[in-house]
Amino acid sequence: MSDMNQQMTARYKNNFLKEIEEQAEMGDWVKMCMQCGVCSGSCPTNFHGGWDHPPQELFMMIRAGKRDEVLSSNSMWQCVSCYNCYVRCPRKVPITHVMHGLAEYAYRLGKAPKGQPTQHLSKTFWDNATKYGRVNEVKLTQSLYFKDGIGSGIKKALEMQSMALGLVKAKRLNPMEAVGGGHKCKDLKGIHAMLAKARELEAKRKGRQPA
Amino acid sequence: MARKEYAFYPGCSSQKGASASNYLSSVESMCKTLDIKMTEIPDWNCCGASVSYAEAGELPRHVMNARNFALAEQNLPGQDIVATCAACWLGARESKERLEHSNVLMADTQEALKEAGLNIKVIPEVRHMVEVLIEDLGYDELKKPVKKPLDGMKFAGYVGCQTNRPFGIHGESFENPMYLDKLVESVGAEPTQFDQKVTCCGGALAFSEPDKAQAQIKDIIEAAYDSGAEMLVTPCPLCQANTEVYQGQINKKYGTKFNMPVLYYSQLMTLAYGGSAKEAGLDGNVIRARKLEEFAAK
Repeated sequence: MSDMNQQMTARYKNNFLKEIEEQAEMGDWVKMCMQCGVCSGSCPTNFHGGWDHPPQELFMMIRAGKRDEVLSSNSMWQCVSCYNCYVRCPRKVPITHVMHGLAEYAYRLGKAPKGQPTQHLSKTFWDNATKYGRVNEVKLTQSLYFKDGIGSGIKKALEMQSMALGLVKAKRLNPMEAVGGGHKCKDLKGIHAMLAKARELEAKRKGRQPA
Repeated sequence: MARKEYAFYPGCSSQKGASASNYLSSVESMCKTLDIKMTEIPDWNCCGASVSYAEAGELPRHVMNARNFALAEQNLPGQDIVATCAACWLGARESKERLEHSNVLMADTQEALKEAGLNIKVIPEVRHMVEVLIEDLGYDELKKPVKKPLDGMKFAGYVGCQTNRPFGIHGESFENPMYLDKLVESVGAEPTQFDQKVTCCGGALAFSEPDKAQAQIKDIIEAAYDSGAEMLVTPCPLCQANTEVYQGQINKKYGTKFNMPVLYYSQLMTLAYGGSAKEAGLDGNVIRARKLEEFAAK
């Protein structure tokens, strides 16, 4: 069990709803759900396999204290951020953000499913964007292809080759970004200090041990 | 002095050599014709997009957007921030809303900004380019400079998600927004009855779970063909890339024969205003829009 998971289990004991309300972004909206299921019916990913639980089910499970099942669910990671559920919810629950909040909290606790591809993308994207202040699309693509090792990365890169060449030809993918070119912010020192401070303040506000 | 002036937030994809660089070039041409001055926010940074949610957390994401607010306010006082990218607009607008509604988040944000020598007094308005066109100029003004109407061309107006939800364009419905169709009409072309207008392209899942995203993209392109459209048009860089660049892979997987160009509204407007193929960024389309290239050469 991670330190943070231990810390939170001890703090909230069996009150998982309270834990989510205080720890997950927008978690205080969970109890507004009236179980109508419009969110599930509106989700573009709901007809693909792979959902453990649709949103309204997750919300009820939170109230029922099913901590492990909720935090290790793969459902929140299916979110495409299309905001369909968000605008259609009759109780105005900002479901998209609640899903993101649940995913983030599960990830911090070390309870999120391992090797989940969108979780990997989230980390890769943020690390990439904050390193130089702006996204380096070539490096982002490379690190995504090669996440499962060299062999699988080369295979994926080959599958994507005609697409990538099309983009290079259309001057929408600059191979020079892979070797130190690419766009950068000037005040990187300021950005990195600012983000470190933000992480520290967020941990403090939520009573978490700083990472 | 230009008729309108804005603090421009192009975003990572609309940089030279990036995936929406042709969006940028067409917006520049369009704005020149419309006498709109867009001054880039000096040293702007990434908005974090939606998919960074797990790694970023809450405050770091808002702080990234807050840095842009502070830089805009300091360097371009009194100007609204204008984003061309749907995700930049959404991310920045969401941060503005959250910071204005929470003293705690705002205080923490100011403290973090101090580390970069910045602070916020008033957060500028955060607007999408389309709002500027529709609200600050209006359809009639957009029609005035049309020299070459795109007569007889049929476009499926693909609005997608993030320029439509959760904020959307004022006065439009989430289920059937009409502004893109009206923009298509204002350049003399014909919008088709396209029933996947606001369907999600899969967003960032096109990278992490390509099979799922491509299933959604397939439905969108299929519906565009069914509506009688020759081309798609969209206001969003990720919608554009996703619906354009995966058509080849979808064809392999599903046995379809998709080959539909995907344009930005700004490309259509630049062409209708008499701009060249290059000014409209047509050389940036991976699926070449031959009909528009011929049109531009006439």
